[in-house]
Amino acid sequence: MRLGYFPGCSLHATARECEESLRAIAAPLGVELVELDDWACCGATSAHATNHLLSVALPARTLALAEQQGFDTVLAPCAACYARLASARHELARDRSALERVAAILERPFTNAVKVVSIAELLRDLTPRIREQARRPLGGARVAAYYGCLLVRPTEVSGFDDAEQPSSMETVITAAGGTPVEWRRKVDCCGAGFSLSRTGSVIRLGRAILEDAKKAGAEAIAVGCPMCHSNLDLRQKAMSRTMPEPLGLPILYLSQVVGLGLGLEPSSLGLGRHFVGTGRFVEKATAPPAPAAKSDEPRKEVA
Amino acid sequence: MSRIGVFVCHCGENIGRTVDAAEVARASGNLPGVAHATDYKYMCSDPGQALIKQAVAEKKLDGVVVAACSPHMHEKTFRRATAGAGVNPFLCEMANIREHCSWIHENRPAATAKAIDITRSIVEKLKRNAPLEPIRIPVERRALVIGGGIAGIQAALDIADGGREVVLVEKGPSIGGHMSQLSETFPTLDCSQCILTPRMVEVYQHPRIKLLAYSEVEAVEGYIGNFNVTIRRKARGLDETKCNGCGQCQASCPQKKIPSEFDAGLGKRTAIYVPFPQAVPNIPVIDSGHCARWKGIVKGLKKFACGKCIEACGRGAITFDLEDKIVTEKVGAVVVATGFQLYEIGRDHEADGLKGYGEYGYGRIPDVIDGLQFERLASASGPTAGKLQRPSDGKEPRTIVFLQCVGSRDPAKGIEYCSKICCMYVAKHTMLYRHKVHDGRAVVFYMDIRAGGKGYEEFVRRAIEEDGAEYVRGRVSRLERDGDVVRVQGFDTLSGEPVTIDADLVVLATAMRSQPGIEALAQKLSVSYDRHGFINEAHPKLRPVETNTAGIYVAGACQAPRDIPDSVAMASAAASKVLGLFSNAELEREPNVARVDEATCAGCFHCRRVCAYGAVERKEIRDKKGNLVKVVASVNRGVCQGCGTCQATCPGKSVELEGFTDPQIYAAINAFQG
Repeated sequence: MRLGYFPGCSLHATARECEESLRAIAAPLGVELVELDDWACCGATSAHATNHLLSVALPARTLALAEQQGFDTVLAPCAACYARLASARHELARDRSALERVAAILERPFTNAVKVVSIAELLRDLTPRIREQARRPLGGARVAAYYGCLLVRPTEVSGFDDAEQPSSMETVITAAGGTPVEWRRKVDCCGAGFSLSRTGSVIRLGRAILEDAKKAGAEAIAVGCPMCHSNLDLRQKAMSRTMPEPLGLPILYLSQVVGLGLGLEPSSLGLGRHFVGTGRFVEKATAPPAPAAKSDEPRKEVA
Repeated sequence: MSRIGVFVCHCGENIGRTVDAAEVARASGNLPGVAHATDYKYMCSDPGQALIKQAVAEKKLDGVVVAACSPHMHEKTFRRATAGAGVNPFLCEMANIREHCSWIHENRPAATAKAIDITRSIVEKLKRNAPLEPIRIPVERRALVIGGGIAGIQAALDIADGGREVVLVEKGPSIGGHMSQLSETFPTLDCSQCILTPRMVEVYQHPRIKLLAYSEVEAVEGYIGNFNVTIRRKARGLDETKCNGCGQCQASCPQKKIPSEFDAGLGKRTAIYVPFPQAVPNIPVIDSGHCARWKGIVKGLKKFACGKCIEACGRGAITFDLEDKIVTEKVGAVVVATGFQLYEIGRDHEADGLKGYGEYGYGRIPDVIDGLQFERLASASGPTAGKLQRPSDGKEPRTIVFLQCVGSRDPAKGIEYCSKICCMYVAKHTMLYRHKVHDGRAVVFYMDIRAGGKGYEEFVRRAIEEDGAEYVRGRVSRLERDGDVVRVQGFDTLSGEPVTIDADLVVLATAMRSQPGIEALAQKLSVSYDRHGFINEAHPKLRPVETNTAGIYVAGACQAPRDIPDSVAMASAAASKVLGLFSNAELEREPNVARVDEATCAGCFHCRRVCAYGAVERKEIRDKKGNLVKVVASVNRGVCQGCGTCQATCPGKSVELEGFTDPQIYAAINAFQG
């Protein structure tokens, strides 16, 4: 499978470990990631807070490039990029006149034919392959799948999973050999862009998320969004400040969890780049399985 | 036709103000074929009608044109007058110079000229009219009622008490419907079973009601007064005539852990079972999906795992006869009363595009239940014998939160309509709870309170003011289990504050939806339904219990969300319509129906495809030796509604609508050019 890869602003910077792990798992999963040539910003929050046409035209430019460069699917690993690209695609698919208006602005042919996928959707669709290629049972590691706000919402735009009780990431974790936990905060808000302007709110929201995951017995959280990652990882120390002991919950990208399951070298997955140390989790996940430690957990399947 | 009379009406000032009626009469009098023309102030009055009769007699008129109002208004009046004068009533036509002319114009000379044109056009049409005779159809004076809930029971009893036979078909093992599952009913808090079960017994004992429970309608053929209905009598696995309902078989069945449908999954039943003790008929049914012996027989096993019920039965009634029986009934009218189902939230609704409410955890959190389940918990005949115990651990709930409008009035995730009954039954639930647990908290989240109905608003006020229900206006965003409580996170839109309540039990007032499979039944009956699967009535105000297919009526919650009083009222209305239809042995209908010219029909059956009433049939034409010459379309005059769609569709111009034939219409149009 050949995918157009749209890194957005974070995958070459704060979320390098996400890119590294994606590139590492691509080959064993039979995926070829090709970075789009001449891609530009998705517009993120700024564009759609200021000018609606701009907020559609910017991602549309990226989609048009992908079309020109011969891709039928684009992977946007950042949930915000994914939301912008998928929203633009959704809007232009339903509004012919808007499509014509945007095509004129782009000054290049554009038929809106390219599909946009997130990490969660891509890996969910690759679960048979992941199961086949999995080399480690992850030591029965208990992982909480965290979706945040944009991966599965709004339903009309995303639509690959239930918005309130999503299960695609759990399917992936199970396929990679991990054990997903049942918990309650998987679609709650992490505070997103308020990380800088209202840090207190982000800390309060993040603490609630992490506390619940911990209560449910999670040893790590898997995310599919660099924003969630940065809020839960970078701010975790501040969240722990008022607590008797540090939360100490490593925040992994879903692609890193899959990489561990595929038996890849932890250093190739960028697991050393986290604020909250992943060492203990990685150690457990990579330990050679004890003879009797075969997991009896039923595998969760999603039709 | 050469001696036509034209009668121009002033309709007081209605026509007279803008149209010079005398001038219209004068001009019409000069038309070829018109032997008489006059005007009068009120043609529909007795002297006006006398004028027509007198002119027909004196001038030997053979056709009548009345230039007056719309035929919707007085065509019947003038045709009756014409018939009274001895001329075929279908040789009387109306020229509409009121709605089509005087009411919509101001310029008197121009309006008068237009009225003359309209009248001339109708005179030309009339010249090509043929005398027609009304259609007479024999009526089979027996009715079929589909559905044995309260609406079906009421309709069946009313028709039977009116002296006509009824066949009542119920798909479940017992009649009673949803009403038999309810604890108490609003707004009087009288016990549902106490008022329902006597009616169920009445149905069973009524000499003119033939009850076919555990049966489904397979096919319906025919038309008003003459329906042939095929009914599948599903195999109960026992001989109904031998069973005396003693219940020994149930007691002996080793399969005791099957979720009971009657108890909405909260109670258990056996594989051979009577759904509830007051069931009518009180005859058990074997659940083929759970009975070990049944499954063994289907698999063709020689040795059977179980035969406990056969041993227990003292009358040898249990035969394990697995064959469904097909029976046919001939009836003259059908009442559809198939009722509703609740929106099963949290389940897979992909098929109908509904997304469900994953955030409420229904199906995952045991103490989140729906309204019908609460009814079973509160009911004396329920799994807890009326003691309020929550499903997870059997504890008496100290705080119950009720959520209204789950699935209703929510175009984004559910259905846009209001389910109508939930405001009332939630108020009832709070009362039932507070009457049983005096110091318990009952909190209701609502969007609006819709309590239109006699005593309804007072009932809700009583719940709030006397029984202490707490009403919070706002929605709930999430339900989550925390330890042994269900945490309710909502928003109070009156105070503008988020609300968090730790509840012991949460009750979801889920939307009312049409029954699954209703579309297939509606297609068998040729009645239309809306996009939610509710049966369409013929007119939302003036014909609420008729459907667009003659002879088929609708009652209860299969037409729209309905409460018990509404369902019963509709059922009685439908029954009175049926009895009205049955008041004569023959049915007389207007002869304006389609007729196929078999000589020119090419048998393409475009007409058959477009007919909304299923009136077009295939007819084989054979020569004297019996060889098939061709197949042509043939219109069933009993079913045809005279809409004319087939006439407009026929590529070979081989269909004509009696009274509106092509020559008549072309003559009317051509007359405008003159």
